[in-house]
Amino acid sequence: MSRLVPFFGFMLLVVLFGFGIWWNTQHDQREVPSPLINKPAPAYVLPKLDDPAQTVSRESMLGKPYLINVFASWCIACGEEHPVLMIEGQNIGVPLVGYNYKDEPDDAKAWLARHGNPYGLIIADRDGRTAIDFGVYGAPESFLVDAKGVIRYKRIGPLTPAVIEKELKPAIAALAKETP
Amino acid sequence: MGDRPAKRRFRHRAQGALLLLFFAGALFAQAIDPLPFKNHAEEVRFQQLTRQLRCLVCQNENLADSNADLARDLRREVFQLMQSGKSDDEIKQYLVDRYSDFVLYDPPVQPSTWLLWFGPLLILLAGAGVVVVTIRKRSRSSAPPASNGASANDEGDDW
Repeated sequence: MSRLVPFFGFMLLVVLFGFGIWWNTQHDQREVPSPLINKPAPAYVLPKLDDPAQTVSRESMLGKPYLINVFASWCIACGEEHPVLMIEGQNIGVPLVGYNYKDEPDDAKAWLARHGNPYGLIIADRDGRTAIDFGVYGAPESFLVDAKGVIRYKRIGPLTPAVIEKELKPAIAALAKETP
Repeated sequence: MGDRPAKRRFRHRAQGALLLLFFAGALFAQAIDPLPFKNHAEEVRFQQLTRQLRCLVCQNENLADSNADLARDLRREVFQLMQSGKSDDEIKQYLVDRYSDFVLYDPPVQPSTWLLWFGPLLILLAGAGVVVVTIRKRSRSSAPPASNGASANDEGDDW
């Protein structure tokens, strides 16, 4: 019987190893869950991309939920995400706000002219200072902000049709139930 | 004839200077982006602090070493927070508030990380327990058969 102990020990390690592999196929190791979920969005004041004289702030956006989508013309994954936004952007039920991250305004405008503009409003953060408050660490990222200015959901990485159906739309539906 | 040693000495010095220059280059290569530190102590503090913080883009690099764009931004942020008189803990908390505990290389000791911090100790204790039990059992069982002959001992040594 005691001769089987090393074998059981070995099997325990095999199971642990297998669990580790399975876990990593289910989870993105690079994804760092945001501590900002269910907390008020950071105060921000950022200029509009097409009219830098006008600014948009957290306060000016209160009252209606919206989805902030962090993008940049230099960001390759944003290019993959873009066609999805072009199709689904109109159907998600909340305004889509583009957050142009560390980008040259002219590059961003050219990029949007080439690929299409799914955003109702675009704010520009050229030096990425405000993005640190949002905990942005890699575009594309998306934040669902509710009518009270609280971040309710965050997607790190591209929004795909599957993610929109399984995660984003339920989160938006939950918001709709709250507001009478 | 007489100036030969002097020449040699000069050559040695030139080589030394060259070597120094070489290492100086390596030193400056460390500072990825020059920040206007007030003094050496401040720079040392900055280096120590950024070494304890993880870059979120290249997750196996610390903030001090990473070349990622975000790391540069965060270094600048840490520097500015230092300038505004924030303590190391306050700066860490500032980043944790935005990027979660993940930015710290040493996760804080809290109920959700107890297993992480004390798990290895538990495993070590369990291993020690197994060793103690095995040794006791063996010394007890090998004492009487010692008179019986070597064959019993051999079996015990199998693994």
